[in-house]
Amino acid sequence: MSSQPEYLSRLLDEIVKEEREIALMEVCGTHTMAIAKSGLRALLPHNLKLLSGPGCPVCVTAQGDIDAVIELAQKPGVIMVTFGDMMRVPGTTSSLQEARSQGADIRVAYSPLDALAIAQRNPDKEVVFLGIGFETTAPAVAICADQARVQGLSNFSVFSLHKVVPPALEVIFSMPDMKIDGLICPGHVSVVIGLEPYIKLVEEYHRPCVVTGFETQDILEGIYMLIKQIRQGEAKAEIQYQRVVKSAGNPVAQQILEEVFQPSDARWRGIGNIPESGLEFRPEYQAFDARKRFNIADREDIPIKGCACGEVLTGKITPQDCALFGRACTPLKPIGPCMVSHEGACAAYYRYSPPTPSKKG
Amino acid sequence: MCLGVPGKILAIKENGLALVDVDGNQMDVSIRLTPEVEINQYVLIHAGFAMEIMDEEVARETMQLIKELENNEFATGVFEPSAG
Repeated sequence: MSSQPEYLSRLLDEIVKEEREIALMEVCGTHTMAIAKSGLRALLPHNLKLLSGPGCPVCVTAQGDIDAVIELAQKPGVIMVTFGDMMRVPGTTSSLQEARSQGADIRVAYSPLDALAIAQRNPDKEVVFLGIGFETTAPAVAICADQARVQGLSNFSVFSLHKVVPPALEVIFSMPDMKIDGLICPGHVSVVIGLEPYIKLVEEYHRPCVVTGFETQDILEGIYMLIKQIRQGEAKAEIQYQRVVKSAGNPVAQQILEEVFQPSDARWRGIGNIPESGLEFRPEYQAFDARKRFNIADREDIPIKGCACGEVLTGKITPQDCALFGRACTPLKPIGPCMVSHEGACAAYYRYSPPTPSKKG
Repeated sequence: MCLGVPGKILAIKENGLALVDVDGNQMDVSIRLTPEVEINQYVLIHAGFAMEIMDEEVARETMQLIKELENNEFATGVFEPSAG
């Protein structure tokens, strides 16, 4: 058996042999980070492109939705509970962090279970959990809503901005100006959804999909599996990351998602509305829907001047192509969400391949 | 992020909770998504929930990877709460 460096080098040799123009897209923020950190892009030939897709839940949240969240957080009597990576995301006029500094009660939590506990401790307050995340996160939130129902917790609600990944992949495959030859599919979203959604995608769009892990070796194997299929003219859904992902996914998680949520329209930054890509509460759980409880109307998306996060999220440009990248927009002073979240493509590129000072912008 | 953190089940508690060891820290997580899990097994934890059972070797390599990825100035630590 060969050593790991030898194996990696053999994999890379096989990949580099490919001479066709091939564009592969990853749709998971952790892949974005892992690929940037591995330095793989620099090792791959120019004909093989690795593009970052809409894989960071914070980054794909529409500007109008962020504005609505910030406004709700400022309502008297509301405690907003959120994952930490939302705090610095800029809204049109403010951010959750700024709102907190001006007196809004906004708390960072590790788990939606923390929001339930806060609601129990503060019966005279309205506790709103900010539900952002894909299929990895949404089952946890669904269980909390179910638990709140069982406990009769009437001061708990969820502002659901949850999204599901497969409808966005369909849009990416359907874009007339995009040519994606294969997908590096998200490892931990697939722990929940399994392989079936990708089987449907390959049947419809005839492009290979490989669920891939996060080690450099996983990513190289995933890329190799995609290229092998492309060479052989095949399009199959496969799992490279078999150590963790099962074909059936997690049926318990799928069932609780199905019980609590139903598909709804959702707006994605850079893409717009995608039918059935959001998760809203089913009628039995509507009491926990913060949008209904607080009569929140849809807000218009006001674009951030000069920010190209939308194009970055759909793989149309790389972060370095944005005029603001590394100049007006840095992790310390981010203008767009892709530079805020540490799994955003801009933050990952900035960290691992920062702009050269000599380059004129 | 969508990357779960591995932990070892130390005790099964009431109300669908389990006590887990995550890189030397003990914490409660919900096992409602992995109801079949047993003491001494490893799980992939995301947002306070055990998402999947994994073997010890995978748990160890996942923790190693997280430490590598988190070792930069923008991430504040392994347990940074995030939406992914």
